[in-house]
Amino acid sequence: MMPELGQVCLLLALLLAGITAVVPMIGSYTENRRMMQVASFGTSGQFVFVAFAFVLLTYAFLMQDFSVLYVANHSNSELPVPYRFSAVWGAHEGSLLMWVFVQVIWALALSLFSASLPEKLRARVLSVMSIIAFGFLSFLIFSSNPFERMVPPSPDGNDLNPLLQDPGLIIHPPMLYMGYVGMSIPFAFAVAALLENRIDQSWVRYCRPWTNIAWAFLTIGIALGSWWAYYELGWGGWWFWDPVENASFMPWIVGAALIHSQAVTEKRGTFRGWTLLLSISVFSLSLLGTFLVRSGVITSVHAFASDPERGLFMLIFSGIVTGGALLLFALRGARVRVLSPAALMSRETLLLVNNILLISACALVLIGTLFPLIAEATNLGKYSVGAPWFGKMFALFTIPLLLLVPLGAFCKWNQDSLSRIMIQLLPAASVAVFAAGIAWLMARELPIKAVLGLLVAFWVMAGTFAFLWRRWKVTSAKRYTLEMLGMASAHLGLGLWLAGVVLVESLSVERDVRLTPGEQVEVGPYTVKMLSVEHKSGPNFEADYGRFQIYRGAELITELNPEKRAYRRGQVMTEADLRPHIFGDVYVALGEPLDSTGNAWGVRAYHKPFIRFIWLGAIFMAFGGVLAAAERRLRAPVSNTVKQPEPEPKPEVLSGKPALISANSAGNA
Amino acid sequence: MNEARKKRVALIALLLLGVGGATALALVGASQQINVFFSPSEIAMGKAQNVQRVRLGGLVKEGSLWRDPSTVAVRFKVTDRNRCVTVNFDKILPDLFREGDSVIASGLMQADGSLKADEVLAKHDENYMPPEVAETMAKAKALAAQAKRDHTQDCAP
Repeated sequence: MMPELGQVCLLLALLLAGITAVVPMIGSYTENRRMMQVASFGTSGQFVFVAFAFVLLTYAFLMQDFSVLYVANHSNSELPVPYRFSAVWGAHEGSLLMWVFVQVIWALALSLFSASLPEKLRARVLSVMSIIAFGFLSFLIFSSNPFERMVPPSPDGNDLNPLLQDPGLIIHPPMLYMGYVGMSIPFAFAVAALLENRIDQSWVRYCRPWTNIAWAFLTIGIALGSWWAYYELGWGGWWFWDPVENASFMPWIVGAALIHSQAVTEKRGTFRGWTLLLSISVFSLSLLGTFLVRSGVITSVHAFASDPERGLFMLIFSGIVTGGALLLFALRGARVRVLSPAALMSRETLLLVNNILLISACALVLIGTLFPLIAEATNLGKYSVGAPWFGKMFALFTIPLLLLVPLGAFCKWNQDSLSRIMIQLLPAASVAVFAAGIAWLMARELPIKAVLGLLVAFWVMAGTFAFLWRRWKVTSAKRYTLEMLGMASAHLGLGLWLAGVVLVESLSVERDVRLTPGEQVEVGPYTVKMLSVEHKSGPNFEADYGRFQIYRGAELITELNPEKRAYRRGQVMTEADLRPHIFGDVYVALGEPLDSTGNAWGVRAYHKPFIRFIWLGAIFMAFGGVLAAAERRLRAPVSNTVKQPEPEPKPEVLSGKPALISANSAGNA
Repeated sequence: MNEARKKRVALIALLLLGVGGATALALVGASQQINVFFSPSEIAMGKAQNVQRVRLGGLVKEGSLWRDPSTVAVRFKVTDRNRCVTVNFDKILPDLFREGDSVIASGLMQADGSLKADEVLAKHDENYMPPEVAETMAKAKALAAQAKRDHTQDCAP
């Protein structure tokens, strides 16, 4: 009974999404207020029904209703309760339901916090959100129904993929989806602005906080995925340039570009066409990522559904959404009038360079990810692109980008002089060189590449502190806006992240050794001593349970207990154990028994210096996004003086008041 | 076009040139970092001779796994039931590595025709066979039928 109720909820949500996609849109053209007001009602309705369906599926998992096919396939009577929650989104159907759920949450939030929006814009934005929800709901209902019954019911259920039976996996997918799907908001705004034929910067101002928050979620989602892979996959890596990771990384990169481009458009009125295009691209990349991951064209943990029909649906849907938006852009975007450009040395130019480098980096990841697929489809051969290629290429674009970060913060809008900026940044540069020198003295084994990488990281961080310090010195009232603090936090995070990456990649000690009880191995400053491997029973698995003592010098620090689990359904899992520390983790994982007596084991013993900096950096970045989104200026209602659509905004008006705008800008003494 | 815009166009052109140049360079250099997939039969035919990094797929030949007694190093043969290639690996094998099951090993071909692997992947679950391996096995089946007619032999155990 309950599953059928869930089914009905989804159908009602689909119906409402259809109505909300059409009626307010028509209303916005016929100036019919009541039709436009359907948007709020329809959005809340979708939320209520999808939320109820989500609760029902969760309930089916908690109650172990194995008459539901999806529950029976991805749960088991022995599955611990917390994982019954995460099992809801542990496979294709449920995770698609979560996608829709997140979509309606964002739409609801948008409809609740958009009272200050012009009525037409609001109706159109919510209508576009409903179009997307409609697409995903039909995908869910017609090809991936999570409430399908199983006749006869399974007595015991299958099991949840043990890789997913982990606390990190309870929160990684929701966070990532909040980011992915949140990017539909700038998309919806861009499409609405294009439909409105009002391509000025007012929509960008509404949109900025949403973009920032969605990006922050995406950052956290990706970082959680990286952290999970680090301890759960048992190889101690934090990023593998796996197609699935790339799929989430591409919208992130372009999202970062969009955040910067939106800032220029909102403050200076320039980059308008570019911002529109980026807004469309980010969500298109989210859809592309979903297609890559879900269609089964690539094989990975995340590729749940190797069903060609589903892949085709995703491809067509992404094609319609992306193609439609791009067509609209081609028809309308060309009308964007170019404003008088800023001087060559200006913050606008630096942000343009930022965007070009970010887009190039994304293009590169895209090429590396798609090349094997294209080569195979065109019979060029079977290739796979290795992580070293991605790493090298990515550095090629990000290092120049990072070098420019402090300059961007110091440079004034419209016009500035390079010598002025360099003089102001001289102390930061000296600090960075000094710090990199000290790092080199402390760890002489660092290769020159790593020292240079650290220099860049210190430069970004010192430059950011220099910016904060200068604001403190030259202004007395209202020293920092939230937006500035957000920027500073994100840039600091970037520096921390880079420092972590450089140190982990160059100082890690990874030893795969054969150990018998009593033997030990040195990794970095630590000694790992094997005591024994014992047997242990878990709720739904049997495990070899390792006991290892970790010494630093003669001092016993801790005992680590990595496990090798055999789940009752046949899967084998390596559960690594580690001792986290801000300056470096000790990481131990059991490989395999090497002889028939079961005494000797292959053991991975790793020392991962400063790996926490990578995720710490991500936290700083995400926090920066949230801070900037809280900027009060962005929440003030836009003056409604320009009510009529104005296809050609007058350039003079904008270029006439740069002085006023730059009073707000950073380096202004 | 005013002066500022000219400069900007020049800057963008320069940037695009730089980005394009860097990409071109990288793509040329990529041959060393891109793995090309081969089956044991293809390697036996000498197809992998000019390729630096090889991704070899097939089944782990039954009874071919040899373990070094003092380290974690292993040696095993990958077969497509037609030909086989010896693989050396000095790290810990993945959880689901089994004789008779599918495997993908990437690394550098050695002068003696063996593969020095730096990565070995085993199938992820009981029912899953990587598509490359599935295809390799199908192709090799045809080759094996032909080999039987020609009285050529698989590989020495």
